[in-house]
Amino acid sequence: MSAARRLTPLLLLSPYLVLTLVFFIVPLFDAAGLAFYQTNGPRSQAWVGLGNFLFVLGDPDFHQALKNTAIFTLSSLCIQLPLSLGLAMMLAEGKGRIVGWLRLILFSPNLVGQVFVGVMFSVLFMPRFGVVNVGLQALAGWGLEQRWLGDPALVMPAIVMASLWMYVGFNMVYFLAALQGVDKTLVEAARLDGAGPWQVFLHVVLPAIKPVTVFVVLTSTIGSFQLFELPFTLLQGNGPDNAGLTIVGYLYQTAFNAGDLGTGAAVGWILAFIIFIVGLVQIRLTRDRVSG
Amino acid sequence: MSALQAFLVGLVGIALALAATGRRGRRLAWRWSRWSVLGLACALTLVPFAYLACFAIKDPGIALSSLFLPPPGQWSGETINLGNFRTLFSSQPGHPPFWRYLLNSLFLASTSTVIQVVLCSASGWALAKHRFPGRNALMAFMLGSMAIPGMILLAPVYRLTFQLGWLDTWLPLLVPGAVSAFGVFLFRQACLAVPDELIEAARIDGAGELRVYLQIGMPLVRPMTGAFCLISFLGNWNSFLGPQIFISRQDLLTVPVALNQYMGVYSQQYGVFMAGTLLAIIPPAILFFALQREFISGLTSGAVKG
Repeated sequence: MSAARRLTPLLLLSPYLVLTLVFFIVPLFDAAGLAFYQTNGPRSQAWVGLGNFLFVLGDPDFHQALKNTAIFTLSSLCIQLPLSLGLAMMLAEGKGRIVGWLRLILFSPNLVGQVFVGVMFSVLFMPRFGVVNVGLQALAGWGLEQRWLGDPALVMPAIVMASLWMYVGFNMVYFLAALQGVDKTLVEAARLDGAGPWQVFLHVVLPAIKPVTVFVVLTSTIGSFQLFELPFTLLQGNGPDNAGLTIVGYLYQTAFNAGDLGTGAAVGWILAFIIFIVGLVQIRLTRDRVSG
Repeated sequence: MSALQAFLVGLVGIALALAATGRRGRRLAWRWSRWSVLGLACALTLVPFAYLACFAIKDPGIALSSLFLPPPGQWSGETINLGNFRTLFSSQPGHPPFWRYLLNSLFLASTSTVIQVVLCSASGWALAKHRFPGRNALMAFMLGSMAIPGMILLAPVYRLTFQLGWLDTWLPLLVPGAVSAFGVFLFRQACLAVPDELIEAARIDGAGELRVYLQIGMPLVRPMTGAFCLISFLGNWNSFLGPQIFISRQDLLTVPVALNQYMGVYSQQYGVFMAGTLLAIIPPAILFFALQREFISGLTSGAVKG
């Protein structure tokens, strides 16, 4: 093999290798150290040992952020994903160009960034004049005067609704692609053997789309735990009584508003640890279901 | 009973009536319900867009007197006009005119996209089609690095940016994200499908290694390039946290950060920031309609085949 041919991969990979070293590996080690210092902006630092972690874990604001983020993640998984799967199953039975068009429409909110969704929905949720309240009034005779973004009890439902609008179609695209790959003859065979629609779904369709389901559940969980921009713009901050404060919002607040990068790094590690544990549990659970 | 309630009751009523007419009726009822649900889901998806567009072109004086647009009889330059856009593009004390943010965002998002496509495809090609010591270890490292949430790096990268003297420049928005493990992985998967015989034939014909990559590899992974262009442009166009923490000079800011500030500046003039949001979703929408076929297949290729 010529020298040129041996050096080519190194040349092609060098941007990745250099940038990963400087902006990923070095900061990762730096983050490990930084978490044990108290800093005032990027200039000064003082060793505090585990002080940052103890402070964060004892801070009521962090407890609130943790609670909000957990609620949001649970509702993404329990409301959003079943809706995505349901729509995908309905769409998978259709044929022709219309399926492509409907998929396009349902996916389209995902083009709008979280910040822009936040700006839009701050107006959509307006009491008395916003389309959400007017729609609810027409549908259920309730809700015209609800202050979604001002009432601590309604802030989380508002965030969940906005994120449903954004992400139901996105996850549906994954489910739809998986469903279109399910072997039709298998489904037919099960039907001929007398399986009802529910049994077909449970024993034929669900196992066939399991890899994609695991993928979607994991990415939704990781994404939900890092929620920040949507509530931050929607509420122009943390919302009443911190009702819209998320873990990353807390990180932003401590690291960049208060200027304590050390505490910010500590929050980053705690967040990574939580995501790691939750992801591990999810993978373990889905594995057990196969063997059991 | 409101019109909306009547409409929904009608939909359910038709489904029930069909279901009552025997076996064929039940099948028809199922089809009817299915399309009704899908239609309603599409309507729910489109209503916020319609509300946004109507709000942006309504005169601020009548913004709240009708839900969408005023009745067609009242349409005139008085009720429907570009007043909100005019306010948006006028200069405010302490803020440059809005087009400045649009140009900044367009420049940053397109530049990042081009850089990311070039660098990610090069690395992906090397990982897929070249043998070298440590290749498998590098792949494992790359996949592992994708599992680490980016938020952990926020504080140390901010400090690094400060130490490099890059705060209040565009460099921290362009350089650290120039190659992502995710992008390299996508291109590596696409490049695996390029037949080795083709590459060998080109080499025998005397083509250099870079020429093989550019003239054999790149044309064959064009669908992935299209999908990745869109993924990358969307990510950069919608990015908020980076510009928000790295840049404080108003004339260097991007559209998402500016619009977030405008919500405070124009607190009650909803039409103004709705007009800004409408403009902000047009560039991604154009690119999406141009690339949507590649996009859906590229988006799902990693998950479905993976």
